[in-house]
Amino acid sequence: MPNFRHAIVVGASSGIGAELVRQLAQQGCRVAAIARRGDRLKGLAAEFPSLVIPVEHDVTDYARVPEVFQKATGDLGGLDLIIYAAGAMPTVGGTEYDFNKDKVMIDVNVLGAIAWLDQAAVRFQNTKSGSIVAIGSVAGDRGRVGQPVYNASKAALTTYVEALRNRLSRFGVKVVTIKPGPTETEMTAHLHMKGMMKAEDVARFILRKSDKTGEFYVKFTHRLAFFVIRHFPSWLFRKLSV
Amino acid sequence: MKTGPTEMQPTLLLPPERIHKLTGYGMRTHADGYLFRPTSVDEIRRVLDIARKSGRKVVLRGAGRSYGDGNIGAECVIIDTTRMNRVLSWDAGTGIIDCEGGVTIEGLWRTTMEDGYWPPVVSGTMYPTLAGALGMNIHGKNSFKVGTIGDQVIELDVLFTTGELRTLTPADDLFFAVISGAGLLGIITRAKLKMKRVHSGNVKVLAVSCHNWDDQFKVFNQFEHDADYLVSWIDCFGRGASAGRGQIHVAWYLNEAAELPSSLRPDNQDLPDNILGFFPKSSMWQILRYFNNRLGMRFINSAKHNASLLLGNGKEVEQSLVAFSFLLDYVPNWRKAYLPGGFIQYQSFVPREHAKEVFSQQISLQQEAKLESFLGVLKLHKPDNFLFSHATNGYSLAQDFKVTPKNWSRIEALCHKMNDVVLSAGGRFYFAKDSTLRPSDVKAYLGEEALYKFKQFRSTCDPEGLLTTDLAKRLELI
Repeated sequence: MPNFRHAIVVGASSGIGAELVRQLAQQGCRVAAIARRGDRLKGLAAEFPSLVIPVEHDVTDYARVPEVFQKATGDLGGLDLIIYAAGAMPTVGGTEYDFNKDKVMIDVNVLGAIAWLDQAAVRFQNTKSGSIVAIGSVAGDRGRVGQPVYNASKAALTTYVEALRNRLSRFGVKVVTIKPGPTETEMTAHLHMKGMMKAEDVARFILRKSDKTGEFYVKFTHRLAFFVIRHFPSWLFRKLSV
Repeated sequence: MKTGPTEMQPTLLLPPERIHKLTGYGMRTHADGYLFRPTSVDEIRRVLDIARKSGRKVVLRGAGRSYGDGNIGAECVIIDTTRMNRVLSWDAGTGIIDCEGGVTIEGLWRTTMEDGYWPPVVSGTMYPTLAGALGMNIHGKNSFKVGTIGDQVIELDVLFTTGELRTLTPADDLFFAVISGAGLLGIITRAKLKMKRVHSGNVKVLAVSCHNWDDQFKVFNQFEHDADYLVSWIDCFGRGASAGRGQIHVAWYLNEAAELPSSLRPDNQDLPDNILGFFPKSSMWQILRYFNNRLGMRFINSAKHNASLLLGNGKEVEQSLVAFSFLLDYVPNWRKAYLPGGFIQYQSFVPREHAKEVFSQQISLQQEAKLESFLGVLKLHKPDNFLFSHATNGYSLAQDFKVTPKNWSRIEALCHKMNDVVLSAGGRFYFAKDSTLRPSDVKAYLGEEALYKFKQFRSTCDPEGLLTTDLAKRLELI
């Protein structure tokens, strides 16, 4: 794992985000753990009292992001790594079109990410260093029947991060997109899927890749499967009902 | 450290485009800070106010020539004084120059040289600012004769974080604390000093090759009452009977017959752009880096020693003051040969009677650890009255250690052992070149009384504790 000294994890109260905080702290990294649910953060901070700085913040409160970001970097004493792990995936029925649910996904998965990662981008562009990691999803590779807006939000995030990568790599900044498949977290609990990856394994993979510019699937089988899926002709893909 | 969710207090946001990654000259450590480059005292006051409103500490930085962490501060507001670089007045009759703190040593000699004046104290590079040089109280190759740069100052303007601008002279106790105070008491915005009258732009230089430590100290003793400058290169790979081998350069100011000889023209002082008439010096560091390892440096040091025995030993040559003084500027960007890990410079100051024993022991320790310094420089000093003085009636040995991710803990352990040897001999250290001191080392050589006095000064000069550096935090000075 690369040796990071100061990190921000946005979306740190549970799932992959919380696990990232734990693993970073275990290697001695100071981490600002950002999440809406402050009570959850207290638990994390208690695990690593000298390393984890809990910061209660709702990522959809975009206007306050610059202030929270600057305070967090000040409290950390620097910044080498930011991971945007916040995500929303409400249950959406196969024939349901609920704008409120859809908006939550765009707000958290896309606009929250842009608000936070823009801050990191301008900082790292100036310091000519640092790693930006966004947790996309294999769900962003195609528009599918089950989660139209979740798919769209992850696709938007992936494209935004790719653009950051193209902008910032010339400044020596690492920009990483991770596309996990289904992972055991609170967000996916309602899916009742079998064979899901464990959050700690995904977190370990993310940290291993976090100083390597590029886009990564967590499993080779995902990379292969989604290579095929991405290249399925549209007329055929819509008949599959996936 | 907070254990509950952070409560946000409304603070002034700093412009994100001001953040920069800054390093000391050795490039081993770095810190991100919000960089401001004020051009006047009022602008500095405004920056101090911005720092206060944004809840940040302030680090003072000149040209960034301190080797360690004395000019950086993580997440602080950095006040870079290089744009306050006006010469306010220059009197060729009296040799007194009055200038802003951002004027560099180069700025000094370029202003005064043609009138027959040279800065009384210069470092091995011409790029430090006057404010930075005074903050660290630099010395030169004539330290044994004229002392430090602080000894040359007639008066200073210092802006305190309270907003007060005060003029200090050697009659003020605070004068001796601000100079040497590592930028932790106030901002030196103006300094007036007396330049050295010279009658030639050249110096007479005698090279003397030395086989060991005994030779070195013998030659220093022989010339210290007569020479204007004394400096020696030490091959830190020399062991046994050859330990301490190297080459001393003794230099004297010259008197030329002409009232204002052409050697005083700045154009005639400029360093050449190439070596042997064709090889661009700007590319030298790229070649140097292939030799910048134990084997390569052992070879270069040995070759230099052998060459010093064969070529020019005991002969006098004339050299321009710039070429003689600013060896570190001779190969542009030479420090890049130490990338990616950078390097540290370690300089200790030891009373005369213990110098041979301490420096021999330091070099033995390095050789045992297979971490020999790639460059050693021996100088002679005299004591001064500054609060955080590094000087002593004795010698200093400056050494460069290449840092890699793998060797840093071993270098640190080596330096700690070398510190212990220096302290047991009553020696001292120098903040401009420190990366490895521990708070206990500082207490031991500066003494509780000096540290107490410093804290008393801080309580009045910087009552909010706004001024800091990573060095100050590491050494628990604040």
